Amino acid sequence: MGTPTATMTLPDDPNLRGDVVLPEVIEGREPLVRGDHDFHAITEMVCKVNEAPILQTPNGLKFGIALAAAGAAMFGGYVGYLFWEGPGIWGNNTPVAWAWDIVNFVFWVGIGHAGTLISAVLYLFRQKWRTSINRFAEAMTIFAVACAGSCVALHTGRIWMDYYLFPIPNQMGLWPNFRSPLEWDVWAVNTYALVSILFWYTGLVPDFATLRDRTTIKWRRFFYGFLSLGWRGSMRHWVTYEKAYQILAAFSAPLVLSVHTIVSFDFAVSQLPGWHTTIFPPYFVAGAIFSGFAMVLTLAIPARQWLGLKDVITIRHIENMNKIILLTGSLVGYAYGMEFFMAAYSGNQYEGFTFLNRMGGPYWWAYWIMMSCNVITPQLYWFKKIRTNVKITFVLSIFVNIGMWFERFVITVTSLHRDALPSSWDYFVPVTEVLFLLGTFGLFFFLFLLFVRFFPVIAMSEVKGVMAQANPHWEGYGHAAGHAHEAAHHHTEAPAIGGAIPSTAVAGTGGHS
Amino acid sequence: MSDKKHWGLLAQYENPATVTHAAARVRAAGYEKWDVCTPFPVHGLDKVMGVPDSKLPWAVLVMGITGSTFMLFFQAWAMGWAYPMIVGGKPLFSIPAFVPVWYEVTVLSSCVTAFLANWIMNGLPQPYHPAFASKAFERVTDDKFFIMIEAEDPRFDGEKTKALLQESGATLVEELEA
Repeated sequence: MGTPTATMTLPDDPNLRGDVVLPEVIEGREPLVRGDHDFHAITEMVCKVNEAPILQTPNGLKFGIALAAAGAAMFGGYVGYLFWEGPGIWGNNTPVAWAWDIVNFVFWVGIGHAGTLISAVLYLFRQKWRTSINRFAEAMTIFAVACAGSCVALHTGRIWMDYYLFPIPNQMGLWPNFRSPLEWDVWAVNTYALVSILFWYTGLVPDFATLRDRTTIKWRRFFYGFLSLGWRGSMRHWVTYEKAYQILAAFSAPLVLSVHTIVSFDFAVSQLPGWHTTIFPPYFVAGAIFSGFAMVLTLAIPARQWLGLKDVITIRHIENMNKIILLTGSLVGYAYGMEFFMAAYSGNQYEGFTFLNRMGGPYWWAYWIMMSCNVITPQLYWFKKIRTNVKITFVLSIFVNIGMWFERFVITVTSLHRDALPSSWDYFVPVTEVLFLLGTFGLFFFLFLLFVRFFPVIAMSEVKGVMAQANPHWEGYGHAAGHAHEAAHHHTEAPAIGGAIPSTAVAGTGGHS
Repeated sequence: MSDKKHWGLLAQYENPATVTHAAARVRAAGYEKWDVCTPFPVHGLDKVMGVPDSKLPWAVLVMGITGSTFMLFFQAWAMGWAYPMIVGGKPLFSIPAFVPVWYEVTVLSSCVTAFLANWIMNGLPQPYHPAFASKAFERVTDDKFFIMIEAEDPRFDGEKTKALLQESGATLVEELEA
């Protein structure tokens, strides 16, 4: 049961309900879960996607998986071709030695950051609305980092030598150079990938147990039983589990900031005009969160539509994400302006040239795509009408994705193509790089759609935990529970119960009382 | 109740409120080997049950400090002693350049410990539990709440324990076999 005011204003059709903006009536906030759902309804809503027989996979999803699988297979072939021929198949050359390989890497790793931000930072700030989108966002993080990892592992050229990046004792007594930002990057990205997987899996275990308990099909029972580790929801387990979850969140929050900071060091520590600035770490982190939230929206808006999850991912979630896009987008816009100001104010002619060349040089089009997508687009979110319009939000989120890819292109390629010595000036012309980018998109969507098909896309146990009914002192129980067990209160140790429940229960209720 | 196959009693409750009240009664009756199983952590229930705070943060602290210290010294050793190499004219023990990896490994060792300690301390993975034999218990991960009391508990008395669970608002009481 939601709040009476909420149910009164909602249309009956669940396909519309999530898109209707409620007047701010319920103690200033909308409920996190719309409509008349009890715990069981949440389970049904989320599990029905996973439980459909394989052959009855919705046609849209089948088509999506097939298309993405084709992209992923193409990527596999492309990697084989790269192994065979070497990076000569790319258009990179001196002075543009870093091009789409690094652009794609920074793009993908940046996208991952919103997932960690949602799962960790919002968790620590007790933002309960995150429970509907965190599973999605974490999955997005892991698959995006997988794409980023393949870009950066492939860009080395001699891929079979990548083990040199790790401190493996070898016959030459050599160690990796721990003073190099590129080595820092290896540690940052690998740590980030591993911690994200651990965090994601920890959250998934209780939901795998739900799927295990509901299924009657043998292979599913084995598959989900294996993954759920025999989880039985014991309260004694939940205590340790929640502590572990909290600690993983507490470490992931600074981790996400450090990862993109270190990615920005790859550029900022070098002495190239256009790269060598101290603004890079915060600017990169803001940009990463900006692009990541856009990608969450790009994925979540169709998913809530097709999977019938509009009561869980409501307009409130979309609006909140748009507000974060507005904030981080403005930070990014500010950083663009500040870079220009510093280039002018420093009086350094090389720095000044680089920035003027970005605006009006051979890559002016990339620069202006970036500016219009990243600076103008988020400013539209000042208007509530736009923030709460699902269709416009979807289109704008794609603009942000495009803009953020071009930002990395502008930073990487335009800073390199004009060297200090005009005789070494050159242009970068993509040769087979387009396939590289498309291939990583294929891999990303292939993994993501398989996740949507087989794993619970909403963190069921967490969503149930933020519903009003989850509070033992919820008013709906007040009469019945209180009356029937009045005796219990008198007989048992009153201080232990009376003292413990109210304080903790209040903390757990969020916007509802 | 000396049947060796008898493991204990399982009682089903409908909502967090009734299970919390029932848990308070079970605890007041002095039982020790008992547990509450819920689809999501019911806040305040652990205090009502008297579950002590988790020791997990201590494991994380110890392993985090260990990993962190190791990585600082490892970098100093690898760069300054095992294969001394001067980069950019900086001293061999250039601590600021070691900070990023040092930091990442601190996070890595802490998180891996938190992850592993969570399962180890909870005795998972545990593929079998007597409650899994119950059909009703399949909804513990959905929307039902359960209390189980083990027959090994010194205060366990088949009839009296059953009566306690039924009185406390259980909608179903089942016997479990080991």
